[in-house]
Amino acid sequence: MELFKPGTNIPFTSYRKIAVILSTAVNLAVLVALFIKGPNLGVDFAGGTMVHLKFQQRVTLSEIRQAFEKVNLGGAVIQNFGEADANEYLVRFEKAAVEIGALGEQVKKSLTEQFGAGKFEVRRIEYVGPKVGQDLRFRATMSVIAATIMMGVYIWVRFGSAFGAGLGLHFGIGAVIALIHDVLVTVGALMLANYELDLTVVAALLTIVGFSVNDTVVICDRIRENLRKIRRETLEKIINVSINETLSRTILTTGTALMVLLALYLLGGEVIRPFAFSLLVGFTSGVYSTIFIASPVILLWEQRPVRKR
Amino acid sequence: MRQSILTRLIIFGIATLAAVIYLVPTFVPALPDWWSSVLPTDRIRLGLDLQGGTHLVLEVKVDKAIENNVERIRGDLINVLREKGVSGVSVERVEGTQIQVKVPAANAERVRGILKSDFGHLVEAKTQTSGGISEFYLTLNKEELRSLRDYAVDQSLETIRNRIDQFGVSEPIIQRQGQTGILIQLPGIQDPERAKEIVGKTALLEFKLVDESVNVEDAIKNGPPPGRQVLYGHAGKGEGLAAEKQAYVLESRALMTGEYIQDARVRPAEHLQGASVELILNPSGARLFEQITAANVKRRLAIVLDNRVYSAPVIQERIGGGRASITGSFDIKEARDLAIVLRAGALPAPVEIAEERTVGPSLGQDSIQKGLISFIVGGSIVVLFMIIYYKGAGLVAVGALIFNILYMLAILAGFQAVLTLPGIAGIVLTVGMAVDANVLINERIREELRAGRAVRSAIEAGYKNALPAILDSNITTFLSGVILFQFGTGPVKGFAVTLCVGILTTVITAVYVTRIYYDQRMAARKLDRVSI
Repeated sequence: MELFKPGTNIPFTSYRKIAVILSTAVNLAVLVALFIKGPNLGVDFAGGTMVHLKFQQRVTLSEIRQAFEKVNLGGAVIQNFGEADANEYLVRFEKAAVEIGALGEQVKKSLTEQFGAGKFEVRRIEYVGPKVGQDLRFRATMSVIAATIMMGVYIWVRFGSAFGAGLGLHFGIGAVIALIHDVLVTVGALMLANYELDLTVVAALLTIVGFSVNDTVVICDRIRENLRKIRRETLEKIINVSINETLSRTILTTGTALMVLLALYLLGGEVIRPFAFSLLVGFTSGVYSTIFIASPVILLWEQRPVRKR
Repeated sequence: MRQSILTRLIIFGIATLAAVIYLVPTFVPALPDWWSSVLPTDRIRLGLDLQGGTHLVLEVKVDKAIENNVERIRGDLINVLREKGVSGVSVERVEGTQIQVKVPAANAERVRGILKSDFGHLVEAKTQTSGGISEFYLTLNKEELRSLRDYAVDQSLETIRNRIDQFGVSEPIIQRQGQTGILIQLPGIQDPERAKEIVGKTALLEFKLVDESVNVEDAIKNGPPPGRQVLYGHAGKGEGLAAEKQAYVLESRALMTGEYIQDARVRPAEHLQGASVELILNPSGARLFEQITAANVKRRLAIVLDNRVYSAPVIQERIGGGRASITGSFDIKEARDLAIVLRAGALPAPVEIAEERTVGPSLGQDSIQKGLISFIVGGSIVVLFMIIYYKGAGLVAVGALIFNILYMLAILAGFQAVLTLPGIAGIVLTVGMAVDANVLINERIREELRAGRAVRSAIEAGYKNALPAILDSNITTFLSGVILFQFGTGPVKGFAVTLCVGILTTVITAVYVTRIYYDQRMAARKLDRVSI
């Protein structure tokens, strides 16, 4: 079985202007949304308290809200978690637990008063102090930035000798641009789908950075080979041939990854769903950015034909 | 030079056998004795998010410990200055950790001399003279501050470890995190609230005299007179808020603290239900307690724990024998917890919860089950796809995948890595990403075949040409896994570990192991056609 017939030659590089305009627009939109609305931060980064409850029978949001009115923890945000018939809810409190040990006790007490003992189960409590939240936010941002730059540097160093240092650097920059694109698209999708940014989502973003650059690496590897084989051709032509030759592989690899991620998204449970969602979006975006952004973007400033020394 | 097929088969066989041996303890609940004595018994450990439990990060309020220390030094300083006959001095603690000394300018040099000779660990932060009065501002020097901080954290950690040991939690993790943090992991505990209470209680026990000459209401309204303080009562579970509102005027100076406690035991209460905690003091504590009670017969002695008055009985007579008891209306459980914290001793500084993550056991069970289902379903789809797309070569890749998962789990078990929910996701993801290496190889082989090469040389070339891309792409993912490990906490670290281990086993199985198969077939001269 074959996805693409050998000799497939789609002129990807000639779509680069459209691709760049489209992607810039999308990325700008995400950035604007980030600045105006801000990302939906989970407890990990915003600080505060999150309680995950499961009830034995059907309860309404207002019943839960009523139960928590007596708990002096600031405004409670209550939302459904998982399927509607699971009777699971997440409750977010802005304020932190004041006294050690007091929070769980208080929550349990007020719920018991409202619903009776044994009618509910506290499945999870997460509390993150403001200082820790801030620290995690900083570290998360830094690690995503560091990883992205590191990928660029890796490509620069790895292919610098084959392409010449200048062109190697440009490929590195191209890869970084593609990665920034993927991360932003994922963050935008998370905002649209109303998922919160937490530690596991950042783990997903870092994975996207590591995985998405693979395709770029494979294409660069092919370009290196083709620079040796095909002489007296424009860089554009060589890039295009290389993208086409590796097209099956690019699609297949991401395809198998997407298959397992889809399984994880649909069957892995509510806790891991935002993680699977991020990877689904990021990997898909990765294919697009590899083909239309990472290498073609170099042509925007690199038009001279390349000759083998 | 490529090793012979036989050598490689032997290496492969040994690796596989080792992997199976390492995995047996994880999947066989009861190991026979002969196994335990020679073979590994470590199981894959489950993270708190899968087995349930509590993860706590406590922040030791080291500044408080420093303040206490500075307060003590202030007392010493006053005494020394008085002994040496320096008059007209005022010594105050200002801005938390500074000592302000005010002396007539004429005495300034003498004070400076005393400071230098007797208080070497204090440094002058600022000195000013105005209106014939010299003011010294003193702080602790850097080494002293650092050692105080370290001591406060280390001592807290030791005390907390003691308490948890007595509370009884299997396989707790208690370690320092950063400069002032303590990380505590309590797997599988049933009552996290109680555990938190035990871990976080400062448990500073003080004996203070009640000053009955001061009217309590006045003291609350106008502030207590110097050297006195207002503290409130402690309400047990059975009592209402009334006990908590009960106020006492106490002499601020503690006659004795909990450091003299040798043992603390739960005693059933005499007439009421509930219990009390009996303290047994060490010999010097017993002597001190006897002196205190002898000197204050008919006065009320308040027993204060963490600034709450538990009881304030009237001293009827001198008490010898070094026994005292804390009453109050607590139930047996509360009394037991109190005895634990008193035995283990007070924390040198208060602690605050900086982070808490508690997962109930049922959620962890759910997560494992759902993770397993997605692993099976996702894995099956990939297997089917590979076989349909690459036929024979797909089967080879699937074989590699099975060994990949086997090795991966064995490494996790062997290195005692912790499997978390994101970790399971990492394994599932590895299944999807691992076939990439085989896709790269197979696509290459197809290309070489199309270019007209013979089967044998197409396979040679396919492996050879695909290798750089395989290595490069795995190295980049590995690098981001390393960053992830650096950045992450608990569950996320678990993901980073499975991701990185998965990459290692992927490269080994997809390149090395599958190659053995093809080389063997070629050597047997069976390979004039390849199903790909």
